[in-house]
Amino acid sequence: MTLKHRTYSEVTGTDASRMVDQVNAQQSRVAERLAGVKACVAVMSGKGGVGKSLTTAAIAAACAARGLTVGLLDADLVGPSAARMSGVNPTGLEVDESGVDPATSPAGVRVMSMDLLIEDDTPLAWREPGSESFVWRGAQERGALREFLADVRWGELDLLLVDLPPGTQRLIDLAELLPCLDGLVVITIPSAASEAAVSRSMSLAAEKGIRVLGVVENMAGYACGDCGEVRSLFPGDAGQRLADQHDTTLLGRIPFDPDAAGHADMGALDQMMDHTVAGAAIEAIVDRLLEAIT
Amino acid sequence: MKFLCIECDEQMIFEQRQLPGDGTLAAAFRCPTCERVVAMLTNPMETQLVSSLGIKIGGREVPEQPLELVRSEVVGGREDAFVDAEAPLPVEVRASGAGAVVWSLAAVERLEGVPRFVRGMVKRIYADYAKQHGITEITPEIMDRARSDLGLEGM
Repeated sequence: MTLKHRTYSEVTGTDASRMVDQVNAQQSRVAERLAGVKACVAVMSGKGGVGKSLTTAAIAAACAARGLTVGLLDADLVGPSAARMSGVNPTGLEVDESGVDPATSPAGVRVMSMDLLIEDDTPLAWREPGSESFVWRGAQERGALREFLADVRWGELDLLLVDLPPGTQRLIDLAELLPCLDGLVVITIPSAASEAAVSRSMSLAAEKGIRVLGVVENMAGYACGDCGEVRSLFPGDAGQRLADQHDTTLLGRIPFDPDAAGHADMGALDQMMDHTVAGAAIEAIVDRLLEAIT
Repeated sequence: MKFLCIECDEQMIFEQRQLPGDGTLAAAFRCPTCERVVAMLTNPMETQLVSSLGIKIGGREVPEQPLELVRSEVVGGREDAFVDAEAPLPVEVRASGAGAVVWSLAAVERLEGVPRFVRGMVKRIYADYAKQHGITEITPEIMDRARSDLGLEGM
Protein backbone atom coordinates (compact mmCIF):
# COMPACT_ATOMS: atom_id res chain seq x y z
CA MET A 1 0.00 0.00 0.00
CA THR A 2 1.34 3.42 -0.87
CA LEU A 3 0.41 6.07 1.62
CA LYS A 4 -0.54 9.38 0.12
CA HIS A 5 0.49 12.25 2.29
CA ARG A 6 2.04 15.67 2.20
CA THR A 7 5.80 16.19 2.15
CA TYR A 8 7.90 18.15 4.64
CA SER A 9 7.72 21.28 2.50
CA GLU A 10 3.99 20.97 2.01
CA VAL A 11 3.35 20.78 5.74
CA THR A 12 3.69 24.46 6.50
CA GLY A 13 3.80 24.40 10.30
CA THR A 14 7.13 24.94 11.99
CA ASP A 15 9.19 21.93 12.87
CA ALA A 16 8.49 21.08 16.51
CA SER A 17 12.15 21.13 17.48
CA ARG A 18 12.73 24.45 15.71
CA MET A 19 16.12 23.12 14.72
CA VAL A 20 16.75 25.87 12.20
CA ASP A 21 15.89 28.43 14.86
CA GLN A 22 18.25 26.75 17.29
CA VAL A 23 21.09 26.79 14.77
CA ASN A 24 20.36 30.42 13.86
CA ALA A 25 20.36 31.31 17.56
CA GLN A 26 23.79 29.73 17.91
CA GLN A 27 25.06 31.78 14.98
CA SER A 28 23.55 34.96 16.41
CA ARG A 29 25.26 34.39 19.73
CA VAL A 30 28.62 34.28 17.98
CA ALA A 31 27.91 37.52 16.14
CA GLU A 32 26.66 39.26 19.29
CA ARG A 33 29.61 38.14 21.37
CA LEU A 34 32.13 39.32 18.81
CA ALA A 35 30.43 42.63 18.09
CA GLY A 36 33.15 44.39 20.07
CA VAL A 37 36.02 42.77 18.19
CA LYS A 38 37.57 45.10 15.63
CA ALA A 39 39.56 42.45 13.75
CA CYS A 40 39.54 38.68 13.78
CA VAL A 41 42.51 36.94 12.20
CA ALA A 42 43.13 33.21 11.95
CA VAL A 43 46.59 31.69 11.91
CA MET A 44 46.95 28.41 10.06
CA SER A 45 49.23 26.04 8.28
CA GLY A 46 48.37 23.06 6.21
CA LYS A 47 51.21 21.26 7.92
CA GLY A 48 51.89 20.33 11.53
CA GLY A 49 55.08 21.08 13.43
CA VAL A 50 55.86 24.41 11.79
CA GLY A 51 55.73 26.43 15.03
CA LYS A 52 52.34 27.96 14.38
CA SER A 53 51.13 28.07 17.96
CA LEU A 54 54.26 29.69 19.31
CA THR A 55 54.23 32.23 16.51
CA THR A 56 50.58 33.02 17.20
CA ALA A 57 51.11 33.40 20.94
CA ALA A 58 54.13 35.61 20.31
CA ILE A 59 52.24 37.82 17.85
CA ALA A 60 49.46 38.18 20.43
CA ALA A 61 51.92 39.16 23.16
CA ALA A 62 53.72 41.60 20.87
CA CYS A 63 50.43 43.27 19.93
CA ALA A 64 49.45 43.52 23.60
CA ALA A 65 52.82 45.10 24.40
CA ARG A 66 51.97 47.78 21.85
CA GLY A 67 48.86 48.67 23.79
CA LEU A 68 46.32 46.73 21.76
CA THR A 69 43.63 44.68 23.51
CA VAL A 70 44.14 41.18 22.19
CA GLY A 71 42.35 37.84 22.48
CA LEU A 72 43.86 34.48 21.66
CA LEU A 73 41.50 31.60 20.91
CA ASP A 74 43.20 28.24 20.69
CA ALA A 75 41.19 26.30 18.14
CA ASP A 76 43.56 23.36 18.37
CA LEU A 77 41.31 21.39 20.67
CA VAL A 78 43.24 18.15 20.47
CA GLY A 79 46.73 19.56 20.94
CA PRO A 80 46.13 22.79 22.86
CA SER A 81 49.15 24.83 23.92
CA ALA A 82 48.20 28.50 23.83
CA ALA A 83 47.63 28.84 27.56
CA ARG A 84 50.94 27.27 28.52
CA MET A 85 52.90 29.25 25.95
CA SER A 86 51.19 32.44 27.05
CA GLY A 87 52.10 31.80 30.68
CA VAL A 88 48.52 31.31 31.88
CA ASN A 89 47.76 29.16 34.90
CA PRO A 90 44.84 26.84 34.18
CA THR A 91 42.59 27.51 37.14
CA GLY A 92 39.29 29.08 37.92
CA LEU A 93 37.63 30.74 34.97
CA GLU A 94 34.77 32.86 36.30
CA VAL A 95 31.44 31.78 34.83
CA ASP A 96 27.82 32.77 35.21
CA GLU A 97 24.79 32.60 32.97
CA SER A 98 26.11 35.35 30.71
CA GLY A 99 29.39 33.68 29.83
CA VAL A 100 32.88 32.64 30.82
CA ASP A 101 35.77 35.00 31.46
CA PRO A 102 38.89 34.17 29.45
CA ALA A 103 42.16 33.75 31.30
CA THR A 104 44.57 36.68 31.11
CA SER A 105 48.23 36.15 30.34
CA PRO A 106 51.04 38.12 32.01
CA ALA A 107 51.25 40.11 28.76
CA GLY A 108 47.56 40.99 29.09
CA VAL A 109 46.29 38.71 26.32
CA ARG A 110 42.83 37.21 26.91
CA VAL A 111 43.22 33.50 26.31
CA MET A 112 40.78 30.64 25.82
CA SER A 113 42.11 27.17 25.23
CA MET A 114 41.11 23.60 25.86
CA ASP A 115 44.24 23.23 27.97
CA LEU A 116 42.54 25.46 30.53
CA LEU A 117 39.67 22.98 30.77
CA ILE A 118 41.04 19.45 30.70
CA GLU A 119 43.39 17.79 33.13
CA ASP A 120 47.12 17.72 32.34
CA ASP A 121 48.25 14.65 30.44
CA THR A 122 44.64 13.91 29.54
CA PRO A 123 43.74 13.62 25.86
CA LEU A 124 40.62 15.37 24.66
CA ALA A 125 37.84 12.80 24.92
CA TRP A 126 34.11 13.13 24.51
CA ARG A 127 31.30 11.33 26.22
CA GLU A 128 30.05 8.99 23.53
CA PRO A 129 28.33 5.70 23.05
CA GLY A 130 29.98 2.83 21.25
CA SER A 131 32.89 3.12 18.91
CA GLU A 132 31.53 5.10 15.98
CA SER A 133 32.89 8.39 17.21
CA PHE A 134 33.95 9.50 13.73
CA VAL A 135 30.28 10.15 13.03
CA TRP A 136 29.96 13.01 15.51
CA ARG A 137 33.54 13.95 16.44
CA GLY A 138 33.65 16.73 13.86
CA ALA A 139 30.33 18.13 15.08
CA GLN A 140 31.53 18.12 18.67
CA GLU A 141 34.74 19.93 17.85
CA ARG A 142 32.91 22.47 15.72
CA GLY A 143 30.48 22.94 18.61
CA ALA A 144 33.34 23.54 21.02
CA LEU A 145 34.83 26.13 18.67
CA ARG A 146 31.44 27.83 18.43
CA GLU A 147 31.17 27.93 22.21
CA PHE A 148 34.68 29.35 22.56
CA LEU A 149 33.62 32.14 20.22
CA ALA A 150 30.13 32.72 21.56
CA ASP A 151 30.32 31.99 25.27
CA VAL A 152 33.63 33.57 26.26
CA ARG A 153 33.35 37.16 27.42
CA TRP A 154 35.95 38.51 25.02
CA GLY A 155 34.81 42.08 25.52
CA GLU A 156 36.14 44.90 23.38
CA LEU A 157 39.17 43.70 21.43
CA ASP A 158 41.37 45.34 18.85
CA LEU A 159 42.38 41.91 17.61
CA LEU A 160 41.23 38.34 18.13
CA LEU A 161 43.75 35.78 16.93
CA VAL A 162 42.51 32.26 16.31
CA ASP A 163 45.19 29.58 16.37
CA LEU A 164 43.98 26.82 14.03
CA PRO A 165 45.17 23.22 14.23
CA PRO A 166 47.11 21.62 11.36
CA GLY A 167 44.95 20.82 8.37
CA THR A 168 42.07 22.70 6.84
CA GLN A 169 38.83 21.47 8.41
CA ARG A 170 38.84 23.91 11.30
CA LEU A 171 39.32 26.82 8.87
CA ILE A 172 36.12 25.80 7.13
CA ASP A 173 34.33 25.60 10.49
CA LEU A 174 35.64 29.01 11.46
CA ALA A 175 34.70 30.61 8.16
CA GLU A 176 31.14 29.32 8.54
CA LEU A 177 30.89 30.55 12.11
CA LEU A 178 32.60 33.85 11.37
CA PRO A 179 31.56 35.28 8.02
CA CYS A 180 33.32 38.46 9.14
CA LEU A 181 36.74 36.79 9.44
CA ASP A 182 39.17 39.55 8.50
CA GLY A 183 41.94 37.42 7.22
CA LEU A 184 44.42 34.66 7.53
CA VAL A 185 48.09 34.45 8.37
CA VAL A 186 49.77 31.37 6.97
CA ILE A 187 52.81 29.74 8.56
CA THR A 188 55.25 27.55 6.68
CA ILE A 189 58.79 26.31 7.05
CA PRO A 190 61.21 26.70 4.12
CA SER A 191 60.97 23.15 2.75
CA ALA A 192 59.28 22.08 -0.47
CA ALA A 193 57.16 19.56 1.43
CA SER A 194 55.78 22.30 3.62
CA GLU A 195 55.25 24.52 0.61
CA ALA A 196 53.10 21.89 -1.09
CA ALA A 197 50.93 21.28 1.98
CA VAL A 198 50.54 24.94 2.84
CA SER A 199 49.76 25.85 -0.75
CA ARG A 200 46.75 23.55 -0.67
CA SER A 201 45.51 25.31 2.43
CA MET A 202 45.92 28.68 0.78
CA SER A 203 43.99 27.49 -2.24
CA LEU A 204 41.17 26.42 0.05
CA ALA A 205 41.20 29.81 1.72
CA ALA A 206 40.89 31.44 -1.70
CA GLU A 207 37.98 29.15 -2.59
CA LYS A 208 36.24 30.20 0.61
CA GLY A 209 36.87 33.84 -0.12
CA ILE A 210 39.17 34.30 2.87
CA ARG A 211 41.80 36.98 2.46
CA VAL A 212 45.35 35.85 3.15
CA LEU A 213 47.09 38.71 4.93
CA GLY A 214 50.49 37.19 4.45
CA VAL A 215 52.90 34.32 4.89
CA VAL A 216 55.34 33.77 7.73
CA GLU A 217 58.31 31.51 7.13
CA ASN A 218 59.32 29.90 10.40
CA MET A 219 62.57 28.00 11.10
CA ALA A 220 64.20 30.09 8.39
CA GLY A 221 67.77 29.37 9.40
CA TYR A 222 69.31 28.69 12.77
CA ALA A 223 70.10 31.52 15.16
CA CYS A 224 73.37 30.80 16.95
CA GLY A 225 72.92 31.21 20.68
CA ASP A 226 76.46 32.55 21.08
CA CYS A 227 76.92 35.08 18.31
CA GLY A 228 73.34 35.58 17.07
CA GLU A 229 74.36 34.83 13.50
CA VAL A 230 71.68 33.07 11.46
CA ARG A 231 72.93 30.04 9.59
CA SER A 232 71.23 27.78 7.09
CA LEU A 233 68.88 25.11 8.48
CA PHE A 234 66.37 23.81 5.94
CA PRO A 235 66.78 24.12 2.19
CA GLY A 236 64.03 25.94 0.37
CA ASP A 237 62.32 29.27 0.05
CA ALA A 238 58.71 28.32 0.68
CA GLY A 239 57.66 31.57 2.31
CA GLN A 240 58.47 33.82 -0.61
CA ARG A 241 57.34 31.26 -3.16
CA LEU A 242 53.95 30.84 -1.48
CA ALA A 243 53.51 34.58 -1.22
CA ASP A 244 54.26 34.95 -4.92
CA GLN A 245 52.07 32.02 -6.01
CA HIS A 246 49.09 33.23 -4.01
CA ASP A 247 49.54 36.91 -4.64
CA THR A 248 50.14 37.94 -1.07
CA THR A 249 52.95 39.26 1.11
CA LEU A 250 55.81 37.57 2.92
CA LEU A 251 55.30 39.02 6.37
CA GLY A 252 58.67 37.84 7.56
CA ARG A 253 61.08 35.03 8.30
CA ILE A 254 61.73 33.72 11.79
CA PRO A 255 64.94 31.80 12.48
CA PHE A 256 64.91 28.71 14.64
CA ASP A 257 66.07 29.97 18.00
CA PRO A 258 66.56 27.56 20.93
CA ASP A 259 66.48 30.47 23.35
CA ALA A 260 63.06 31.48 22.09
CA ALA A 261 61.74 27.95 22.45
CA GLY A 262 63.04 27.82 26.02
CA HIS A 263 61.28 31.05 26.97
CA ALA A 264 58.05 29.86 25.33
CA ASP A 265 58.10 26.58 27.22
CA MET A 266 58.18 28.59 30.43
CA GLY A 267 55.43 30.91 29.25
CA ALA A 268 57.87 33.82 29.27
CA LEU A 269 56.97 35.40 25.95
CA ASP A 270 58.08 38.83 27.15
CA GLN A 271 61.61 37.46 27.62
CA MET A 272 61.44 35.84 24.23
CA MET A 273 60.36 39.03 22.53
CA ASP A 274 62.93 41.21 24.29
CA HIS A 275 65.98 39.00 24.21
CA THR A 276 65.97 36.71 21.19
CA VAL A 277 66.59 36.92 17.48
CA ALA A 278 63.24 35.24 16.88
CA GLY A 279 61.52 37.86 19.02
CA ALA A 280 62.98 40.65 16.91
CA ALA A 281 61.78 38.90 13.75
CA ILE A 282 58.28 38.58 15.16
CA GLU A 283 58.19 42.28 16.04
CA ALA A 284 58.90 43.06 12.39
CA ILE A 285 56.16 40.64 11.33
CA VAL A 286 53.70 42.37 13.65
CA ASP A 287 54.53 45.71 12.02
CA ARG A 288 53.57 44.32 8.62
CA LEU A 289 50.58 42.37 9.89
CA LEU A 290 48.98 45.38 11.56
CA GLU A 291 49.52 47.33 8.38
CA ALA A 292 47.85 44.56 6.37
CA ILE A 293 44.85 44.38 8.71
CA THR A 294 44.21 48.09 8.51
CA MET B 1 11.71 17.17 11.49
CA LYS B 2 7.90 17.13 11.37
CA PHE B 3 5.39 14.42 12.22
CA LEU B 4 2.21 14.13 10.21
CA CYS B 5 -0.92 12.31 11.31
CA ILE B 6 -1.82 10.81 7.97
CA GLU B 7 -5.36 9.99 8.92
CA CYS B 8 -6.16 13.54 9.97
CA ASP B 9 -3.64 15.17 7.59
CA GLU B 10 -2.54 17.28 10.56
CA GLN B 11 0.94 18.11 11.71
CA MET B 12 1.54 16.52 15.10
CA ILE B 13 2.78 18.69 17.92
CA PHE B 14 5.67 18.00 20.26
CA GLU B 15 4.42 16.65 23.56
CA GLN B 16 7.25 15.33 25.67
CA ARG B 17 10.91 14.33 25.63
CA GLN B 18 12.49 11.67 27.79
CA LEU B 19 16.00 10.34 28.17
CA PRO B 20 15.78 7.09 30.07
CA GLY B 21 19.48 7.06 30.88
CA ASP B 22 20.71 4.43 28.45
CA GLY B 23 21.81 6.90 25.81
CA THR B 24 18.54 6.69 23.92
CA LEU B 25 15.91 9.38 23.51
CA ALA B 26 12.14 9.25 23.30
CA ALA B 27 10.10 12.14 21.97
CA ALA B 28 6.30 12.01 21.90
CA PHE B 29 4.19 13.87 19.35
CA ARG B 30 0.41 14.28 19.51
CA CYS B 31 -2.13 14.86 16.77
CA PRO B 32 -4.16 17.95 17.75
CA THR B 33 -7.23 16.55 15.99
CA CYS B 34 -7.49 12.89 16.94
CA GLU B 35 -5.19 13.08 19.99
CA ARG B 36 -3.21 10.10 18.81
CA VAL B 37 0.29 10.10 20.28
CA VAL B 38 3.34 8.59 18.62
CA ALA B 39 6.83 8.22 20.01
CA MET B 40 10.05 8.74 18.12
CA LEU B 41 12.77 6.56 19.61
CA THR B 42 16.39 7.20 18.75
CA ASN B 43 19.30 4.88 19.40
CA PRO B 44 22.41 6.07 21.30
CA MET B 45 24.28 7.00 18.15
CA GLU B 46 21.40 9.01 16.72
CA THR B 47 20.92 10.70 20.07
CA GLN B 48 24.62 11.54 20.28
CA LEU B 49 24.70 12.93 16.77
CA VAL B 50 21.94 15.41 17.55
CA SER B 51 23.38 16.44 20.91
CA SER B 52 26.78 16.97 19.28
CA LEU B 53 25.19 19.76 17.27
CA GLY B 54 24.16 21.50 20.47
CA ILE B 55 20.48 21.34 19.60
CA LYS B 56 17.56 19.78 21.44
CA ILE B 57 14.90 17.60 19.87
CA GLY B 58 11.57 19.11 20.82
CA GLY B 59 13.15 22.53 21.25
CA ARG B 60 15.09 24.13 24.05
CA GLU B 61 13.16 24.43 27.29
CA VAL B 62 15.69 26.32 29.39
CA PRO B 63 18.36 28.78 28.23
CA GLU B 64 21.59 27.37 26.84
CA GLN B 65 24.39 27.59 29.37
CA PRO B 66 27.86 28.94 28.55
CA LEU B 67 30.10 26.19 27.19
CA GLU B 68 27.21 23.77 27.66
CA LEU B 69 28.41 21.36 25.01
CA VAL B 70 32.00 21.36 26.24
CA ARG B 71 31.04 21.02 29.89
CA SER B 72 28.52 18.28 29.31
CA GLU B 73 30.35 16.26 26.66
CA VAL B 74 34.06 16.50 27.46
CA VAL B 75 35.47 13.73 29.61
CA GLY B 76 38.36 14.55 31.96
CA GLY B 77 37.50 18.18 32.65
CA ARG B 78 39.57 19.92 35.32
CA GLU B 79 37.85 20.04 38.69
CA ASP B 80 39.14 23.57 39.16
CA ALA B 81 38.49 24.80 35.62
CA PHE B 82 35.56 27.03 36.58
CA VAL B 83 34.52 29.23 39.43
CA ASP B 84 30.75 29.30 39.20
CA ALA B 85 28.76 32.08 40.74
CA GLU B 86 26.19 31.14 43.37
CA ALA B 87 27.41 28.14 45.31
CA PRO B 88 24.26 26.33 46.49
CA LEU B 89 23.69 26.10 50.21
CA PRO B 90 20.12 25.45 51.26
CA VAL B 91 20.08 27.73 54.26
CA GLU B 92 21.50 30.63 52.31
CA VAL B 93 19.21 30.01 49.39
CA ARG B 94 16.18 29.70 51.65
CA ALA B 95 17.10 33.08 53.12
CA SER B 96 17.26 34.68 49.72
CA GLY B 97 13.67 35.83 49.84
CA ALA B 98 10.17 35.09 48.64
CA GLY B 99 9.85 33.83 45.11
CA ALA B 100 13.31 32.28 45.03
CA VAL B 101 13.74 28.63 44.18
CA VAL B 102 14.98 26.75 47.24
CA TRP B 103 16.98 23.55 47.42
CA SER B 104 16.25 20.71 49.79
CA LEU B 105 19.17 19.40 51.80
CA ALA B 106 18.99 16.11 49.92
CA ALA B 107 19.09 17.96 46.60
CA VAL B 108 22.14 19.95 47.66
CA GLU B 109 23.88 16.78 48.80
CA ARG B 110 23.16 15.20 45.48
CA LEU B 111 24.39 18.23 43.61
CA GLU B 112 27.65 18.07 45.53
CA GLY B 113 28.18 14.65 44.02
CA VAL B 114 28.22 16.12 40.51
CA PRO B 115 31.76 16.72 39.19
CA ARG B 116 32.80 20.30 39.78
CA PHE B 117 33.56 20.72 36.07
CA VAL B 118 29.81 20.79 35.40
CA ARG B 119 28.27 21.42 38.83
CA GLY B 120 27.59 25.13 38.56
CA MET B 121 26.07 24.73 35.13
CA VAL B 122 23.86 21.85 36.24
CA LYS B 123 22.69 23.87 39.20
CA ARG B 124 21.65 26.76 36.97
CA ILE B 125 19.84 24.37 34.62
CA TYR B 126 17.85 22.84 37.49
CA ALA B 127 16.99 26.29 38.81
CA ASP B 128 15.87 27.45 35.36
CA TYR B 129 13.78 24.31 35.00
CA ALA B 130 12.13 24.89 38.36
CA LYS B 131 11.30 28.48 37.45
CA GLN B 132 9.86 27.41 34.09
CA HIS B 133 7.57 24.92 35.83
CA GLY B 134 6.59 27.05 38.82
CA ILE B 135 8.45 24.74 41.19
CA THR B 136 9.53 26.41 44.41
CA GLU B 137 11.66 23.66 45.95
CA ILE B 138 14.19 21.51 44.14
CA THR B 139 14.30 17.99 45.50
CA PRO B 140 16.02 14.84 44.18
CA GLU B 141 12.71 13.89 42.56
CA ILE B 142 12.57 17.20 40.72
CA MET B 143 16.19 16.67 39.66
CA ASP B 144 15.26 13.28 38.24
CA ARG B 145 12.37 14.81 36.36
CA ALA B 146 14.51 17.60 34.97
CA ARG B 147 17.22 15.16 33.95
CA SER B 148 14.74 13.17 31.98
CA ASP B 149 12.88 16.11 30.48
CA LEU B 150 15.95 18.12 29.55
CA GLY B 151 18.32 15.37 28.61
CA LEU B 152 20.93 15.89 31.30
CA GLU B 153 22.48 12.50 30.99
CA GLY B 154 25.80 12.24 32.71
CA MET B 155 25.13 15.32 34.88
